[in-house]
Formats: sequence, structure tokens, C-alpha cells
Amino acid sequence: MTSTFPLPYPNADAPGEDLIARCVHCGFCLPSCPTFAVLGVEMDSPRGRIRLMKTVWERRLGADAAGFDDHISKCLDCRACETACPSGVEYGKLVEGARSQIVAARPRSQIERAIRRAAFDWLLPHRRALGAFASVSVLAKRLGASAVLRATHLRTARRLADLLDLLPDRASASGPPPIVRARGDRRARVALLRGCVMGSVFAPTNAATARVLARNGVEVLVPSDQTCCGALHAHAGERERARALARRNIASLDGQGLDAVIVNAAGCGAAMKEYGWLLKDDPEWSTRASAFAAKVKDATEYLGDIGVREAPGGLKARATWDDPCHLLHGQKVREQPRALLAAIPDLELVPLVEADWCCGSAGTYNVTEPDLARAVLERKVGHILRSGAQMVVTANPGCLMQIQAGLRAAGSRVTVIHLMDLLDRAYGS
Amino acid sequence: MRGLVDLLGPSKVLGARADLVVYEYDGAVDTATPDAVVLPESTADVSALARFCHEHAVPIVPRGAGTGLSGGAIPVEGGVVVSFARMARIIEIDAANLRAVVQPGVINLHLSTAAAPYGLHFVPDPSSQKACTLGGNVAENSGGPHTLAYGVTTNHVTGLEIVLSDGEVVRLGGKAVEDEGYDLVGTFVGSEGTLGLVTEITVRLVPLPEDKRTLMAAFETMDAASETVSAIIAAGIVPGAIEMMDQLATEAVEAAVHAGYPLDAGAILLVEVDGPRDGLDDLRQRIESICREHGARSIRIAATTLERERLWAGRKGAFAAMGRLSPDYYVQDGVIPRTRLPEILRVVREAGERHHLRIANVFHAGDGNLHPLILFDLRDGPEELERAKAAGLEILTACVEAGGSLTGEHGIGMEKNCYMPLQFAAQDLAAMRRVKDAFDPAGLMNPGKVFPTPSRCREFALAAAR
Repeated sequence: MTSTFPLPYPNADAPGEDLIARCVHCGFCLPSCPTFAVLGVEMDSPRGRIRLMKTVWERRLGADAAGFDDHISKCLDCRACETACPSGVEYGKLVEGARSQIVAARPRSQIERAIRRAAFDWLLPHRRALGAFASVSVLAKRLGASAVLRATHLRTARRLADLLDLLPDRASASGPPPIVRARGDRRARVALLRGCVMGSVFAPTNAATARVLARNGVEVLVPSDQTCCGALHAHAGERERARALARRNIASLDGQGLDAVIVNAAGCGAAMKEYGWLLKDDPEWSTRASAFAAKVKDATEYLGDIGVREAPGGLKARATWDDPCHLLHGQKVREQPRALLAAIPDLELVPLVEADWCCGSAGTYNVTEPDLARAVLERKVGHILRSGAQMVVTANPGCLMQIQAGLRAAGSRVTVIHLMDLLDRAYGS
Repeated sequence: MRGLVDLLGPSKVLGARADLVVYEYDGAVDTATPDAVVLPESTADVSALARFCHEHAVPIVPRGAGTGLSGGAIPVEGGVVVSFARMARIIEIDAANLRAVVQPGVINLHLSTAAAPYGLHFVPDPSSQKACTLGGNVAENSGGPHTLAYGVTTNHVTGLEIVLSDGEVVRLGGKAVEDEGYDLVGTFVGSEGTLGLVTEITVRLVPLPEDKRTLMAAFETMDAASETVSAIIAAGIVPGAIEMMDQLATEAVEAAVHAGYPLDAGAILLVEVDGPRDGLDDLRQRIESICREHGARSIRIAATTLERERLWAGRKGAFAAMGRLSPDYYVQDGVIPRTRLPEILRVVREAGERHHLRIANVFHAGDGNLHPLILFDLRDGPEELERAKAAGLEILTACVEAGGSLTGEHGIGMEKNCYMPLQFAAQDLAAMRRVKDAFDPAGLMNPGKVFPTPSRCREFALAAAR
């Protein structure tokens, strides 16, 4: 093939040659990839996607090719392949770079541009808007809107119904106050990311996180001018939008004398630990962003590392832990949440097969690729039901909603709970 | 292309540009783009495809997981690549008869995982066993670290269902150990897809050993480690595995797994003994003292299963970790009599120096099966690959001259087919060709592999003549 394609994206975010060159195409990532497991084709494997990026780099394929968009879009960005890769390929950076390339190279329809603008510029960064949207949606769900939407037999309506099913049954109560003082001697002072979805749908989990940290001698600040972390923007290739949010968060959360920036949503934490990479070409912010990123800790990681000071009370239940992908594969945090669970007396922990596999939530994946997301979810639900657990513990809002929806659809009464809520309950708050 | 879609349906045929470019590689260095990719879901699909290709004289190239290291799955003469990713069912585990029946797309490790509840496993354990398929193992007659004591794939396959190039479905062997007549299963295993397409495999399962002892010894030099290997075997001990790594390979491996491999040792030996628990510690102690007598500067015994698994994850992930050292590598697979190790390792080192290439070594020392990993960077130009291949050829020539062979387990493929005359006389190759013709008279099954081809091998033949 001699034809060459121009590079229509003089784009600093495009997946770079050095990142691509790390891949020696050994194939070790294939069996770890949920989309390869479902589809069985090389284009929907990590190795195949990296090859597509390389082919674009070599100008043998256009960045605007439909196939390139399709297979890069189908990636869950779960990053299980990073854990599987002996050569240390940074796949998350690659796939997000490829998505930014596609956004730059491939014109979107007016409607899609409008939806992107509404979701990324208006809804996610504005707490009140997202809160109101969530409340209305929860109300619609309680009034039985899903059934009405499904009855229309329209594809779009059915997808909306699927989305409503993801939501919890109650609009959430309020989150934590701006300052939660440490109980007893203060061991540390931290800022807490409120988060967009966490702040609107899971506000009580934020409050629980602050209480659990306070119990263990950590003072928690919740600055009011913080915003959405920008993870969903970055995953969708909207890196300029992600950068704007990152700058605002660094300015808001990076107060003097803070020991850490605590995040209880694994997807947000993984993104914020990469703020240095996101802002690497911004001379004004890059150093500050790297220093900030080094302070970001998942709540389970942080508490596990400093250790619980006050033993939680007992909880009689059979529980299993499901690793959020962006905690295990994105942040390489594995042991700390397990240690925290083991610290709860009477809690019986059972193993979950493929706990390190994605549940199909994957940011907005269950919205953009509903069929594949469902296939990935069904695999997860099957393993949960076979585990015999009464309760699934995890640490990311997307996983909480997705797994709960999957269990509900399967007619199961197994509940899903955030580890910080579970600890809070064990402390008897 | 349209004929294939009519025949099999659109979901089983790929033809878009973005689809084809991801089937042009495997785990090694050669590439070629197929004209179409077919994803059969049954033996009937494979048979229909073969009939179609026979009728239209289109080459067929089988592909497992694409982890191969000799270009076996590369469509060097174009045609259809057949991916067995959707024929990945374990059909039966017959624990009482120590057999399993599988489809060719089953991943090697998945079979052992499925057999574990019965206290059984499939012995051949190529380093890529997490990803590679049993169909690929049959094609290449794959080995792995534990072949030293237990044999390679051909020792563990008792039956095959194959599709010939005209679409006919044939069954060879079965669950029984011995069959009357010619050993056609043995002929087929290791034929690299040049005789037909495997659609079902019956394999032996072997009881898991009661226990294991895994020992890692560090040496100052490769020579000292090589002499230790010969001394262990000379003492009448046949460990399950004896693996060696040099300093460069260890650097990549340790960065990947953090298993505690010492970074300043000239050579590392990984030795495993397994079997009945009684006597294992005696054996381990004997090996330990042989290592010390030969200058081992440190010895570590894996104390837990996790520690053992980590050591093995490092060894088995060694090739896959080469991306930490270099964007491209060219791996050789020559076999030599074990006692010639020090001398041939010197040839390897000299070849690297002569061609200004870094070479890492990680290999099955007990079998004398070398794996020099020749590091290069294709971004510096296509001549880099030529340089790596030139160094590789010098090493292979030395292996054959030492009484060894071109390949231990990776296969000849399109990567070493030109070198076949180094080891075989024209009459030998003609005899093999007659076997090929008996199975595949039309010559459509994985053409351009194993046998030297006039177009691609002319330069080599000319150079050899000079």
C-alpha cells in the first residue's frame, strides 16, 4: 500500500511515537481485554488498537477513518491491559490521545456537537445544574418513566430508559460541610474532591468519607469553588475542556499546608493523578500540575496507608470486593482497600472471580456503547451471583450504578456499596 | 471477498482497511497484509472456507492468538487469514481418561485452569501461555520451560480433527495412546499450518505434581551458570525446568515484575523440581550445593506460592518485557548440545559486538534451547532489521555446526525458511515436500512457510554459494 494520508491534527495530544514504540505486540494483553473477550477480533484488542494508532502515525490510515473511530470508541479505557503488559505500555495515555485525534480530525454532526457542549460544558462542571438534572431524573424514574419509554419501542427512548435504571431510587441528601474537624489528635489535613456525579447522586458517600477520615484523625476541607475533575472529558478526547477544569481544581484544592487531595471516585482520582500529563505542554501550569498530581490519593489508598486509628465496629455480612478499574489498573491500588475490608470485624469476605475486570460502566461507555456494556456487565453479574456474596463493595460511582442496575435486572437482591459508606456504617455513624 | 460474505455471512468476514492492518503482524518481526480475514465458528465454517479457497486458488493462513515468533501466521503470499478466536470452547474434560477435547482457539492456560479442579493440567507451558492458543501450540509443536522433564506439545496430543485444503474433514488418532498405521498425528503436530487446518484437538492431561521447589541462583558469569546446568544433569537430576537469563534480560524482567531478581548478576538460573513431596527437599539441597560449588554468589528459594509465581511471571514475561529496552527485537531459537553452551554464548556475544547490536539472553538452559533477543529500532530504518537478521544468521549457523538445530519451539515459519538448507540436504527437503503434497497437493495451506521459496530465498542462496 503506497497511499499516504496527511496528518490532519497538528495535535500535541496525539498518541506519540515513543509511547507506541513500547508495544512489542506480544499479545499478552489480549486475554485481559473485555471487548476482545466479547468480540474476538484483533481491532478490538489493546494490541490491535495500538497498531491502528501506529498505522495512523505512519500515515497508512487516516485519523478520520470510520474504522479508527469505531474501534477506539469501543475501548472501555479500563486499562486492564496496562496491568497485563510486561513492557509497561501506557495504554490509557495512548487511547485518550487517539480520541483527541479523532475529535480533531473527524467532524461531528451538529446534534452531537450540541450534546457534547451541553454535557461537557454545562452539565458536568455545574453542580447545581447536575444536581437538578439528577433530581428530575430520579423523580421521573420513580414515576415509572422507564416503562413508558420502553413502551415506545424507539431505540433512543429505550436507551434513556436504560440510563434511568442506572440511577439510585432516591435523590441524595446533602454532602459534607466545608470543614469536618478531626476527632482527637489531628494527624493530617486534606482536601476532598466533591466530584460531579459523586456530589449530585452520591453526596452522602462524600459525607461518609469525610466522617470516616475525621474519625481517624484527619481534618477534611471541602472547598466550594472546586469543579468536575474532567475525567469524562479526557476519556472522550475533549482534552482542552479537561484542561480548563484541571486548572480550576488545582487552584481550588491546592491550598497551602494540605497533606493530600482525597478522591473517593476511582475514575476521578486516576484522572487527577494525570493532571501533570494533561497540562504537560502548558508552561504556566505544568510544574504545579505535577506537584498537585503527586498529592492526589484515593480515599481507600490514603486511609489504608496511614492505617485506621480507631477500630470499626462489627458488621455481620458476606461481602465481596470488586476492584474499580481506575483504582486497580489506573492507580495500581490493590492492597489498601482489601486491608480496610479485613479491618471490619465479623465481615465475611468471599473472593470474586474476575474482580479485576471492568463492569462495563467505564465513564460514559454504558451510554455510548450500550450493547457491549451490557455484555460486559452480564459477565460481571454472573460472577457476583456465583460468589455467594450478599453485598458487593467497590469505590467508584459508575461501578456502583452499573453493577446495581445489572443485579436489579437479574432479579437479585445483592446490594452494592461504596467502601467508605461501609466503613461509615461500621463506625456506627 | 464478496463470495466469502455470501458463503459465511458478514459477521464472519473482515475486509475493511482498518481491519486488515491489524492482522498483518504476530509476535515477531515479519508483516504482510491479508486480503481478507475469516472468523469461523465451527468445523463446518472452516470446511466451507477451505472448499471456497480451493476452488478459487486462494492461500489460507491459520492464526491463533498471533503470539508466534517465526511469522507462521503472516500471509506472506496474501490470501485469507483464518482467526480461530471464536472457536475457543473446551468441549470435554475427561478426567478419568486423562484427556481433554478442545477447539483450537482455547488459550493454553485456560485449559490448565479448567483442569485444575480435577487435579490435572496440560503440561506444555510456553512463556506466552496466558495468551497463546492450543491450535497455535499444535502448529508450532510448542515447548516451554517444563519440556525438559515432560516433553513438548507432540508428546501431549493424541487426536486431531483437521480440515484438508479441499475442505474434507479428517480425524486422526483419538483418546487412545497408540494407533495402528502411520503416526499421522505426530506428522501433523509441528507442521506450522502447511498441511491443513486443525479444528479440534484431543490432549493428554497430567496430574499436578504434589509439590514444587523453585530456586533462583545468581552467578558472576554466564560460563559459571552454564557449567552448573551441565553439572546438575550430570548428577542424574532431571529438574522440571532449568532457565537462564543474562544481565540485560534481567533488567527488563525485574522492572516488569519486581520479583527481586538481582540486577548486578552476570547470569541467573531458575531451577524447579517437582513431584512427590518426599525427597523434594533432598533434591533441592543437592542442586543448591552444585550451584555453590560452581560459584553461585546467592541462592534464593521461593518461600511462598506468590513468590514462585512472581519469579515465573518474570521469566515468562521476559520477551514481552523487551519493550522496556528497545522498540523491536528479533529472537532466535537455536538448539545446541547443552555442553556447548559457554562456547555458543560467546558466539552470540561476538555477533552482537560485530554488528553493534545489544543482545539479551533468556532461555531453556536445560534443553540447550537458546533465545538470543537481538534488540534494534526499526525507526532508524529498514536496514536495522537486516543487521539484526545477519547477526541472527551467524548465531544459527554456529548452532547447526555445533550439532544443534535451527529451532527448538518457535517454528521455521517465514523467518527461517531460507535457512533450511543449512540443516537439510536437498533430498531431505524433497522428502518433506512429498509429505506436504500428500496432504495439500494444491499448495494453498500457509504457502511460503517452512520450505525455502525461490523468490524470497534467492539472495540467501547466492550468499551461501559464495
